[in-house]
Amino acid sequence: MKCKVCRGHAVVDIRRHNAAFCTDHFTEHIHNQVAKAIKEFHMFGPDARLLIAVSGGKDSLALWDILLQLGYDVTGFYLDLGIGSYSTRSKEATIAFAEERDAKLIVRSLAEEHGFTVPELASLTNRVPCSGCGLNKRYEFNRAALEEGFDILVTGHNLDDEVATLFGNVLHWNTDMLARQGPVLEERVLGEGDRRRMALVRKVKPLVRVAERETAAYAVVRGIDYIVEECPMVEGNVQHKYKEAIAMLEESSPGTKHQMYFGFLKKAASRFADETDAANLVGCANCGSPTIAPEAGSDRVCSFCRMQSLAQRRRDDGYRARPVRVRKRR
Amino acid sequence: MRLRNPDRIIEVSGPRTVPDLLRSLEIVPEAVLVIRDATLLTRDEELEEHDELEVRPVLSGGAGGPGS
Repeated sequence: MKCKVCRGHAVVDIRRHNAAFCTDHFTEHIHNQVAKAIKEFHMFGPDARLLIAVSGGKDSLALWDILLQLGYDVTGFYLDLGIGSYSTRSKEATIAFAEERDAKLIVRSLAEEHGFTVPELASLTNRVPCSGCGLNKRYEFNRAALEEGFDILVTGHNLDDEVATLFGNVLHWNTDMLARQGPVLEERVLGEGDRRRMALVRKVKPLVRVAERETAAYAVVRGIDYIVEECPMVEGNVQHKYKEAIAMLEESSPGTKHQMYFGFLKKAASRFADETDAANLVGCANCGSPTIAPEAGSDRVCSFCRMQSLAQRRRDDGYRARPVRVRKRR
Repeated sequence: MRLRNPDRIIEVSGPRTVPDLLRSLEIVPEAVLVIRDATLLTRDEELEEHDELEVRPVLSGGAGGPGS
């Protein structure tokens, strides 16, 4: 195949764009797609202070590279989840990436901040690892952004991530989630007068126009040494099953993913706007973070604090967390 | 043909393209990158018997969710 732009030897073909690109023009294409998403969804201006959540995987490192290349003031935030040697390797990859580019990086550890790793939380609370992990990451990313004074939290969710989430939310008709599924989640402020404070930082997903295969290809052509292996706790994860099913549809009908996601944003998202409880946010009685206002008589404690206190009670009762099972998916 | 990640050796007969290889492995092309000598291959690339290839999965699982 030949590059659509220069007719040189192509290394990546993108069927939904009916195009192939050489290394240089593929890099330019991806930069353009990210710049287009930032502009189209009014994500941030040229002077914003950005905090990007990085895992050591392809999507977040690729996006960090892209934003640096586009000239943004972007700092990395790595949260050590304590998932055995997988976390060790992903932290090393992230630090190496930052050092090579002289990029700013903040590193925190879940166990040091709150006393529990992701495997310990999953085991002590009998919760699916990915669910507890997601809750902890959302909480810590937001806390770090607020404490360190950033305007915007950036995440590496790509088109496949968003389509798989949308697919799952439609399968189960999670209308509350559909109301909040977009490339931008606006900031939230709690309290009034002197007690008015930022509670949730604005969150954006600049990779929504880029498919997962393309972020991986970008990482390869840019020589980004990301963690190729999958998290050992993800086995059987439903999000992954959705992605495989959607990849088959995309294969037989290129453009399906783009059509599903951007069609949803254009034609359906606004119809779910009234379905969310997000309007009823109050501060958690324990940590102050926003949580949905409880029904009368129940405690006003956020789901993060509830999970932490359950894990602490179990640990105090002598319940011991099982060790991490490290098993490859394929 | 030698494949990496996971490592295995497969027998091939005659020239074949990237989609031919992936079909025989029952892999959806949209879910992987095919890499030869640190270079990405497009779908029309012909593969040779002595090629050493990496078929790298690109789809990851995870917590998902709109706020994650």
